[in-house]
Amino acid sequence: MALDPVDAVVIGAGAGGGVIAKELACAGMRVVLLERGRWETAWDDRKDDLRNQRTSDLGAPFGPDADRNPRVAVDQCARELVVLPSDGAYSNNAACVGSGTVSYGAMAWRYMAQDFRMKSLYGCPPGSTLDDWPISYDDLEPFYEKAEWELGVSGDVAPDPFHAPRRRGLPMPPLPPNREYEILKPAALRKGWHPFDIPMLRNSVPYNGRGPCMRCRWCVGFACEVNAKNGTQNTVIPTALATGLCELRTDAMAREIVLDARGNATAVTYYDDNHLQTQPARLVVVSAGAIETARLLLNSKSRLHPNGLGNRHDWVGRNLQGHAYPRAVGLFDFDTYDDIGPGASVAICDFNHGNPGLRGGAMLANEFIRLPIQFAGMTPPDTPRWGLAHKEYMRQFYRRSIAVMGPVQEMPLFEARAQLDPRVKDFWGIPVARLSGGRHPHSVEVARAVVVKAAEWLQEAGAIRTWTNVPGLELSGGQHQAGTCRMGNDPKTSVVDRNCRIHEADNIYLADASVHVTNGGFNPALTILANAYRVAAAIVKERRA
Amino acid sequence: MRKPSRRSFLAGALLGSTACRQDVGARLALTSEEARTLGAICDQLIPTDQDPGAAATGAVVFIDRQLAGYYRRYRRAYREGLARTAALSRKMFGKPLDQLPGEQRLAVVNRLERDVRPFFEMVLAHTMQGFYGSPRHGGNRDYASWRMLRVPASPVRGRILYDLRQGKGS
Repeated sequence: MALDPVDAVVIGAGAGGGVIAKELACAGMRVVLLERGRWETAWDDRKDDLRNQRTSDLGAPFGPDADRNPRVAVDQCARELVVLPSDGAYSNNAACVGSGTVSYGAMAWRYMAQDFRMKSLYGCPPGSTLDDWPISYDDLEPFYEKAEWELGVSGDVAPDPFHAPRRRGLPMPPLPPNREYEILKPAALRKGWHPFDIPMLRNSVPYNGRGPCMRCRWCVGFACEVNAKNGTQNTVIPTALATGLCELRTDAMAREIVLDARGNATAVTYYDDNHLQTQPARLVVVSAGAIETARLLLNSKSRLHPNGLGNRHDWVGRNLQGHAYPRAVGLFDFDTYDDIGPGASVAICDFNHGNPGLRGGAMLANEFIRLPIQFAGMTPPDTPRWGLAHKEYMRQFYRRSIAVMGPVQEMPLFEARAQLDPRVKDFWGIPVARLSGGRHPHSVEVARAVVVKAAEWLQEAGAIRTWTNVPGLELSGGQHQAGTCRMGNDPKTSVVDRNCRIHEADNIYLADASVHVTNGGFNPALTILANAYRVAAAIVKERRA
Repeated sequence: MRKPSRRSFLAGALLGSTACRQDVGARLALTSEEARTLGAICDQLIPTDQDPGAAATGAVVFIDRQLAGYYRRYRRAYREGLARTAALSRKMFGKPLDQLPGEQRLAVVNRLERDVRPFFEMVLAHTMQGFYGSPRHGGNRDYASWRMLRVPASPVRGRILYDLRQGKGS
């Protein structure tokens, strides 16, 4: 039985989908927002060092459900593994209302102007599909501002000379410094670098009717117990629902976008728990995350799209990327730990671009508070991993360590991809995502270069010992997953146009990191939010025309 | 007989009391023998020194509970690995692992690390989780590891109901 038609179905209530639902509903459109997960809160998922989105040994509390949602991962030795959301190779983000924005660390970065023109700036390295975005920083700037003010960002980017021009500052001041900040900031200044307060989607003062951060150590990976972390679940989605025009349906697993003879969407079929439903709509926006968006398009086959929606030229699911995250750890002979969350506090953008002979780079920042179980795995190369010596190491250095990390902008690879697995299906019988490919060697090279700067920073700060970890050629993705449905002007080498509409269809848009051509040297959340505002504006404008 | 020092007396008392605690109560997934073998491994991975170690703070309870829950998929690996450990211990020193003195236990665990790597890595990871993770899962009893590291226990839940407007939070 078909449901009453609506103006738009939005698939996925994460960063992109939440913004789209709000903007369309506020413009008077009737919207159905489908979310395969549930509305999770800090009350449902207690602060658990072993069961959170970052350390998910005992499960991923913010979804998806491990029993129903397998994936297949193909490793560097071509071995195929059926993996669970709590496995690293699954590349999980989350599946709940707000998705990753519930449990993220909430860094709120604007990409730099250069990040939209990587190919023009640097040229494409051999084997990569590196390209420019079809839009510029200036196209996105007003929407970055809108995201910062509607959701709420604290921080102080004024001392950063590398950021692109901005018309307006941030709505909230930074949180008071923690001890790592007091140690690292002067050290960066002594190096001649430009440290500043990380912009965060986190209340430092009351904002939007909610209180400020209470500075606990359970931040990244967890839902905020005092609701001071700003995601779509406590900002734009409630606004969308308050219009009375947006209906949120949770436990709703999209199966397929139904297409007419001309290849345009007429409806979305989804499982309402176990029951197949058909929701007719005049417009469909997919914002399911880079992997699941690609999977849904590939599962939406029709006469005009025998290889999947938008996939005429075999670009859907390609260029899967995240960030190569190198890390330097320093040990100190004085206490660095103060148990004041979120931990991450100071950043530099001195090495995002302009690294000699290299393409791009990364923002560097101190890491979020390391929970004891996380620090237990962070030993110098010559320290035993167990026994009395390891225990003594924990006792001596847990409170005397700092980690500096950075998300290295990756060079996209055509063979790094999400496709449909020919055999494995999920609980509902839908073919699951099969992840394969790897990381471009140049991304590893850049990671090796910037991690040296991270280690130098720690040494300048007084570390008595430093070591580094650099990721290898394994497939990237994870919570920063992006790139699988690239935005571009040429339909032969991209999936969506500059307004994120699928080239081959009139009424299907994408609004998540799948459209990112490259992923910046930054956490991508604010860019996903900003781009969703931009896409929504294009949809509303088109509808009024 | 030498009079035991206060510290060794206390440590002995502590070990005795935990040994008692380990033996009572039904296991969910492991047999008593398996639990004793596992406890002896955990005791080497994170030993008791001036602070209690993994076995003394419920690591076996933690692993046993998970094997009946989220770690169901590792049950077979534990069954086989623990049998292999017991056999190795008998072969090397003629006794079950938990009846060996510390040095010989360490020799067996070193051999496990060298020769039975996947099993060893699994037990190591789970022991670390039990000892350094949240106490609610059965390990890290009485916040033992967090006390050792001098990090505070989890705050009272429901703090969103507290009045945070005047800086009364945290």
